[in-house]
Amino acid sequence: MNDREAVISVRELTKCFGAFTAVDHLSFEVFRGEIFGFLGANGAGKTTAMRMLCGLSYPTSGWGRVAGYDIATQGEEIKRHIGYMSQRFSLYDDLTVLENIRLFGGIYGLSRREILRRAVGLLRRLGIRGEAHTRVRSLPLGWKQKLAFAVATLHRPEVVFLDEPTGGVDPLARRQFWELIYEAAAGGTTIFVTTHYMDEAEYCTRISMLVDGRIQALGTPAELKCRFAAESVDELFRRLARGAKRAQE
Amino acid sequence: MKRVGFWAFVRKESLHILRDPRTMLIVLGIPVVQLLLFGFALSTEVNNLDFSVAAPHRSEAVRQLVERIAANDCFTFRGYVDPQQIDRELRRGRADVVVVFADDFDRRMADGISAGGGEAGGCVDDGRAAVQLVFDASNPNMAAAGAGYLQRLLCAGNAPGAEVEMHLLYNPRMKSAYNFVPGIMGLLFILICSIMTSVSIVREKESGTMEVLLVSPVRPVGIVFAKMIPYFLLSCVDLAVILLLARYVLGVPLSGSVAGVVAISILYLLLALALGLFISTIADRQATALVISAMLMLLPVIMLSGMIFPVENMPGVLQALSCAIPARWYIEAVRKLMIQALPFSAVVREFGILLAMTVALVAVALHKFNDKLE
Amino acid sequence: MVGDVAIRVEGLVKRYGAVTALDGVGFEVRRGELFGLIGPDGAGKTTLFRLLATLLTPDAGRAEVDGCDIVREARAIRSRVGYMPGRFSLYADLSVEENLAFFAALFGVSVRDNYGLIEPIYRQLEPFRTRRAGKLSGGMKQKLALCCALIHRPSVLLLDEPTTGVDPVSRSEFWEMLARLRSEGISILVATPYMDEAQRCDRVALCDRGRLLAVETPDGVVASFDGVLYALSGREMFGLLAAARAEAGVEACYPFGAVHHLRVAREFDPERFRRRLLAEGFHEVGIRRVEPGIEDVFIKRMEHE
Repeated sequence: MNDREAVISVRELTKCFGAFTAVDHLSFEVFRGEIFGFLGANGAGKTTAMRMLCGLSYPTSGWGRVAGYDIATQGEEIKRHIGYMSQRFSLYDDLTVLENIRLFGGIYGLSRREILRRAVGLLRRLGIRGEAHTRVRSLPLGWKQKLAFAVATLHRPEVVFLDEPTGGVDPLARRQFWELIYEAAAGGTTIFVTTHYMDEAEYCTRISMLVDGRIQALGTPAELKCRFAAESVDELFRRLARGAKRAQE
Repeated sequence: MKRVGFWAFVRKESLHILRDPRTMLIVLGIPVVQLLLFGFALSTEVNNLDFSVAAPHRSEAVRQLVERIAANDCFTFRGYVDPQQIDRELRRGRADVVVVFADDFDRRMADGISAGGGEAGGCVDDGRAAVQLVFDASNPNMAAAGAGYLQRLLCAGNAPGAEVEMHLLYNPRMKSAYNFVPGIMGLLFILICSIMTSVSIVREKESGTMEVLLVSPVRPVGIVFAKMIPYFLLSCVDLAVILLLARYVLGVPLSGSVAGVVAISILYLLLALALGLFISTIADRQATALVISAMLMLLPVIMLSGMIFPVENMPGVLQALSCAIPARWYIEAVRKLMIQALPFSAVVREFGILLAMTVALVAVALHKFNDKLE
Repeated sequence: MVGDVAIRVEGLVKRYGAVTALDGVGFEVRRGELFGLIGPDGAGKTTLFRLLATLLTPDAGRAEVDGCDIVREARAIRSRVGYMPGRFSLYADLSVEENLAFFAALFGVSVRDNYGLIEPIYRQLEPFRTRRAGKLSGGMKQKLALCCALIHRPSVLLLDEPTTGVDPVSRSEFWEMLARLRSEGISILVATPYMDEAQRCDRVALCDRGRLLAVETPDGVVASFDGVLYALSGREMFGLLAAARAEAGVEACYPFGAVHHLRVAREFDPERFRRRLLAEGFHEVGIRRVEPGIEDVFIKRMEHE
């Protein structure tokens, strides 16, 4: 596995807020085309770590590279080479599907012709060509999430960060969403995802388990289940997270 | 049982206010800043004019007149200048006005020809007047007000003959604070009460807590009144602060009945709270509430209430429109009570109109504010 | 007098303009039952909760909560239900104990009166008593919200997706609390998008687009699955998906954790399929028969809609 190219590499990454250490000496690598599951309880430090990787906040110590750029000094370049999608903010509700695509395409500096070309392909792939001029507000949540993912990958980023992308979505729509992720990963895009659905963790190539700001376990789901003698990732998660000492923040 | 819920509510609402420094700043800081701003910086009154004197003969009569002007705390004497230097004097900004005495000033005074004003002019011509006032009229308001005041000073005492005597009642120095204080009160209470109450109610709609409140046994009326109480109390503090500032810092006389001013202000506060409540029933986002409050109330209050532009000067349509604006009646009433020192009976009409508006607003708002989500 | 029915819903209809959010829903929740509503976003769950909480008026049909009609006796219902809306519904700028005290006062009780009921939950919050609610973690927020909804000792709890966005450990603890509350005789109607939580309910209703697809015990739901299910695994998971869908006899194929679930016709031959996949160049292909779960039933029912 190590012969592959690391798209994200992190060494001793630490973030403190005053006396509180939110992220505590993280070290890991994520390889091209991997689906990397970043798991942890609420307050384990996932969001803080993800923010640093996206170039939105500076590490207190340690270093990291994302898509070849240093997270401490090249935040702007990183933002150009990654995609980001969260459950909370994804698309503008009051714009149509096509207007959203145009907007985000424009933000990432794609030409008008290129945006249009990719938009057509995207709508066909999602099977919502008839909805190009529908306001996003009136789409079902499952479609919105798929569209948000497609928009987040419109500029063909090397890495996509997904922050709980499937919260509140029904089982069928969740699966369709994961098919999109599979497809993107098969095409060479690296996926970095957090989720509270432990069955989704099993879709990942590798998962890491964050407890109290540190990685307690890292490996493929099968390896970890075997190492911790757990039936499922869910059981594994509960066992590790229950050992958390840090009061929930 | 309901009592308990009600006071818990008032307490909770007070905590929200106390915990949000911005609210406190807006509610207590803005009145002070606005009042001082309007009272001092943005005044149209004359209170610090520099004057120079051009007099070919510095006779005793001239010196007496100059001393009299200089003794007034609105004017500062900058010295004598050569009549040829008047233009330079004004251009350099050393003086706002130059008082020019004719060479035969003494003789004319003796002849009983009085001082005349060549007000707000830029050039000195050899007019017939014994005294000319040459103003830098680049600020016409200041020049006009200064001219009027200076003219009266010059005439006083030695004004024989065909002088028109002017008496400016209630506000002899035409201090703009007298005008602005009631206006600012009319504006601020609407701002604080309406915006704050509407935003705080709508915030609960937005955050989802309203759902839980509605499902509780506390009745909507209780929710609404409990919300109003802390804001009402805060506004009363504001009222006290404004009145004290007006009296002791801006020197507004508060000549009439203070009780009357307080009574009508409290009614106006209630009206503003009701207005906020009404807005909260229409808006379902904080931003909407804010925009409605600002656009629908702030502008009309400033433009149509008579705060800045006298209602009497407006076209008929706007005058009619201004009748619907509570601030107009309030400002009018406060002016009567505070500045003109009229008895409360003089503002019964305004009081009645405000009362009717309050009752109507509360009724409509309570009708619209029901305990369902639709 | 109300017998053993906590919630009775008959032919409930609710429309918003042209959209029908609830389309003739009917079911009963027994006293002391933990009843789950499972369905995707837009299934009408929130509308149903708001109707039962008397925040909305139905367009047709009727419903009773704790023996009171939701239209005529709305006020009586309000002191008997504890309602937790889907969104975080506490005051973020008030502390934990201030929130609790406020909601107690709202219902005219003191925290001490019913402390026994909330104690096991509140004990975990106790160390953060003076912390602002907005600064709590997702799981802690939900526990506090539950305490606030329980403080007046309601006989019926209405919980609209209380565990969405909450991590598995906190979710699990939350459900342990619900089980304990049920044993205290409180009837609970709870909505969830997590299928694993359905297993913890006495009975569940699967809902989609304003209608109920089934009301059953969790085991009953699973037993109603009348198909054959295989789990397919391999190294090229994305490629396998397309290959399985192209195979004759495969009715449906979807990712399911580490494997893909294949719903197949009776005549499907797994061994032949496996050999074919290996021949096509797939690696480490494994296929085995599996028992269905609630999620499989749900997916199947939704596909048939």
